[in-house]
Amino acid sequence: MQTRTPAVELTGLTKRYGAVTAVDGLSLRIEPGEVVAFLGPNGAGKTTTVDMLLGLARPTAGTVRVFGQAPTDAVAYGRVAAVMQTGGLLKDMTVAETVQMTANFYPHSRPVAEVLDRAGITDIAGRRVGKCSGGQQQRLRFAMALLPDPDLMVLDEPTTGMDVEGRRDFWTAIRRDARDGRTVLFATHYLEEADAYADRIVLIRQGRIVADGTTAQVKNLASGRQVRATLPGADQVVLAGLPGVESVEVRGDTVLVQAGDSDVVARYLLTQTAARDLEITARNLEDAFLALTTDAGTAGADAGNTTGNHTTTGTGTTAGAVSDGLQGSLR
Amino acid sequence: MTTTAIDRRRPPLGGFSTANLIMEIRRVLRNRRTLVFTLIMPAVFFLLFGLPNKGQLLDNGAQVTAYIMISLAVYGAMVATTSGGGMVAVERAQGWSRQIRLTPLRPAAYVATKVLTAMALGLLAVLVEFVVGAASGVRMPAHVWLLAGLAAWLGSLVFAAFGLFVGYLAPAENVMQFLGPILAILAMFGGLFVPLEVLPHVMQEIARFTPVYGVGELARAPLTGDGVSAGAVLNLVLWTVAFGFGASRLFRRDTTRV
Repeated sequence: MQTRTPAVELTGLTKRYGAVTAVDGLSLRIEPGEVVAFLGPNGAGKTTTVDMLLGLARPTAGTVRVFGQAPTDAVAYGRVAAVMQTGGLLKDMTVAETVQMTANFYPHSRPVAEVLDRAGITDIAGRRVGKCSGGQQQRLRFAMALLPDPDLMVLDEPTTGMDVEGRRDFWTAIRRDARDGRTVLFATHYLEEADAYADRIVLIRQGRIVADGTTAQVKNLASGRQVRATLPGADQVVLAGLPGVESVEVRGDTVLVQAGDSDVVARYLLTQTAARDLEITARNLEDAFLALTTDAGTAGADAGNTTGNHTTTGTGTTAGAVSDGLQGSLR
Repeated sequence: MTTTAIDRRRPPLGGFSTANLIMEIRRVLRNRRTLVFTLIMPAVFFLLFGLPNKGQLLDNGAQVTAYIMISLAVYGAMVATTSGGGMVAVERAQGWSRQIRLTPLRPAAYVATKVLTAMALGLLAVLVEFVVGAASGVRMPAHVWLLAGLAAWLGSLVFAAFGLFVGYLAPAENVMQFLGPILAILAMFGGLFVPLEVLPHVMQEIARFTPVYGVGELARAPLTGDGVSAGAVLNLVLWTVAFGFGASRLFRRDTTRV
């Protein structure tokens, strides 16, 4: 593992526009084959980072390597391809013409018919791009990105502005494609997308990484899990002394334990006490997201590459993006 | 990681391909608006304003209709190449120039394709005007057809550069709507609609420094037998260099990573 060239290696990446720091000393390593979500509220620096990763923007400081190459070289050799948020299509061309023209830019590419099929747009191949819906245009961008058969696929907020059905269709196409070993990095402010499609979540806020780990780790980061059991006369002091326990609360015969490691608590309760009706609930990603991207919750520093950041601005945006993202499938 | 079936190389010629050049030309040709302004309108102008002069002769015995036909061929070619170069404005507005930066296509190959597409459309405009003229009774010696046609066509390169310059100046989808009137005024100063001699003296003096003057003079020289003036050649070369330089400066600004 260690000796392989990382798919993506960002070191101290910084981008300033005048007095505004969009990306602030961001370092990140992505191994080949990982499916990584770049999650953060609007204005967190996701798109700026993606632009630098693709060579569309020049870093103020720091370096970008894609499979050990400069981004522009990785693009020229077809190792990385991207699906951008908006624009980039000529309205007067048909879907098939757009893909064919792009295919002609490469010395070797996958067949046009194949990428149309994989993106699920064979049936609209003859349609003018200007007449395609947002979702169809996005699948067209995806088809174009498939042409070089890239080792790294970058998707920048690919489902922004799509309705629920469009989002589902798009991700279905992405998942159907999922070639073994293809590295995928997608930026999103939809929690459910990060939760559902990524192996690893990199949480970003104000140009910095606030949390980095598996979906489960990131969930744990915020406040772990809650263990609830019926246990008359529970010994609060013993429970609070268990490893990873953050708080213990007794309400009548019910005991509520907040813990980073719920397994230890559950094992103790079931083997050492008379506890029954045990229930473990995970905080959902929404909680983690809110906790980490707002002031209150940057306490958990034990998972991944957490770098606590305690600034409070931007909370409103965060909450807005979250409720945005949740209309759909989380509840 | 699985080995990829794809051969990873940079494309030759920076990604330029004749397949895409042909696609671009076909694309231009199905744009009704472009066809009306570059092919149909100059032909209609000839039928409306050229044909009534049938039978009249220039001082050297050449047909007045031939003079008008060549002038309008230059007009058609300049509108064609301007709109061809101006396509970059539309494509920048639609984000295509950013999109192709995610492919191996080099910006220079993109611009070369645009210039060649513009020149192909310019050639077509000259040919259509000449065919309409010939069908309406214009007769000239073979070498005059050839030289006037070549001068009108190759000289219109100045407007391919002009179109690119404006295209990189203003990323607007409706760039040709404000360029149309500008081209008409320039065409008038270039003596394409009426001979410069009928204009007031002051305007004639100004006209010598406008960008259509050179190509107009050069294209009509084989017919009038006036010979090629150094002023006309200088005019054409300087304007082409000026627009080309302006376009390349803006182009470089556009493609520099920020």
